[in-house]
Amino acid sequence: MPKIVFTGPGGRRREIDAPPGITLMEAARQNGVDGIVAQCGGACACATCHVYVDPAWLGRLQPPEEMEEGMLGTAWEPRTNSRLSCQIHITADLDGLEVTVPQRQG
Amino acid sequence: MISTILIIGGGQAGAQAIDTLRRDGYGGRLVLIGDEPHLPYQRPPLSKKYLSGDMAADRLPFRHRSFYDEHRIELKLGRKAVRLDAAARQVELADGETLAYDRLLLCLGAASRVLTCPGAALAGVHYLRGLADVPPIQAAFRPGARLVVIGGGYIGLETAATARKMGCDVTVLEMADRIMNRVVAPCVSQYFAQEHVTHGVNIVCDMRVIRLEGRERVERVVCADGSSHAADVVIVGVGAVAATELASEAGLSCDNGIMVDEYCRTSDAAIYAAGDCTNHPSLRFGRRVRLESVDNAFEQAKTAALNMHGKEVVHDRVPWFWSDQFDNKLLIVGLSQDYDRQVLRGDPASRSFSVCYLKGRELLALEAVNHSKDYMSARKLIAERTLLDPGKLADNELALKEAV
Repeated sequence: MPKIVFTGPGGRRREIDAPPGITLMEAARQNGVDGIVAQCGGACACATCHVYVDPAWLGRLQPPEEMEEGMLGTAWEPRTNSRLSCQIHITADLDGLEVTVPQRQG
Repeated sequence: MISTILIIGGGQAGAQAIDTLRRDGYGGRLVLIGDEPHLPYQRPPLSKKYLSGDMAADRLPFRHRSFYDEHRIELKLGRKAVRLDAAARQVELADGETLAYDRLLLCLGAASRVLTCPGAALAGVHYLRGLADVPPIQAAFRPGARLVVIGGGYIGLETAATARKMGCDVTVLEMADRIMNRVVAPCVSQYFAQEHVTHGVNIVCDMRVIRLEGRERVERVVCADGSSHAADVVIVGVGAVAATELASEAGLSCDNGIMVDEYCRTSDAAIYAAGDCTNHPSLRFGRRVRLESVDNAFEQAKTAALNMHGKEVVHDRVPWFWSDQFDNKLLIVGLSQDYDRQVLRGDPASRSFSVCYLKGRELLALEAVNHSKDYMSARKLIAERTLLDPGKLADNELALKEAV
């Protein structure tokens, strides 16, 4: 099963199992990863599952759609490697993906 | 000393309160009582991807069971709280168990408003609120099945869209002159009505249902104008009422919801309430409101949890809502009552536009159709009471936040 590494707002690293077929946000939420709020549950309506993707991995993800980009523009401290974790679908080739959770959401 | 906190209700609010309490360092006994047998789960997909079968059941719960074990949460699921004794600080469950508390959080939610016309109890008439409601609806949504939806609000329209995708023949009967009339501007209603029509949904407004007919199962829905709509299955989505019974029987102050203050405290100092069941002050809008929304449940639960744990924080948020219908996303932020002017940004024909509600130069609310940028900007502008220039606002080429 793919493993994803989250670095929390405090710098703590946590590795979780993320089964293919769900989203990165869902994997984080099921396991209670710090800082992934995900209020809307993946509807791309709240921008509270914002993560920074390790630049080495960024190009291996499907690029964001317009709706996600609109949300990210006003997320807390967006960067070029910002993504909404609810829009990242787990696949086998994402094994080892590393993301950092921002200091705050929204 | 607070050593036992009970939470009644395993929905969005209950799940969030647990999370906040443990993250805030509350180390005492923490019990969640829920009348449904499931781990706390998200409801929005029930009318959308979960109903259509595009989302597996194991994606509904907020957390794995291990999360509750790790955080020492006593889950009492499939257990109904039937009596609250506020004086003795005790809750009684249906099976007779009594639980004492130091602080109690009521996250009782809302119940579907029930249709009362003749025939309303026939088989084949469904409401959609909880997970247990889904399987019979799924079974009825066979390709070619004739679905009549009573009520053109969020639930009715989302279910209609899902049923179309599943191949049903769908008619929506709305009592008002347009769908979603209580929550959106006429041009937004019109846009969504057209989307439904384009996808083959028959939308009929100004249509009051007077009775349902059938031998054992529902066979047709009859309206006040004498028209009749053949139905194999009926979905009723005519609103919801706050679940206040437990609270009102215990003597807590209730009026269209459990009355709470901005700290989410009820009229009893040891009892808090959060979510759809509350009637609470909106500090931003200066009046009391009862909201049915994920965001409100989440935020009130956070506030209540922190206050039960000795903090002093107020619930001061701009509410927001969303709805997915076909491939459209409707995002609403703020409360539009009291506006004196509407400004349209963009062209509905472009499938991406928004409607601003102003009072003077202040933005009260915004409805965004496939326009997440305006929506996200509006959240900030409304909260900060930024004064806008209505002339600039109408210029869709200009970013919303630049319209000052």
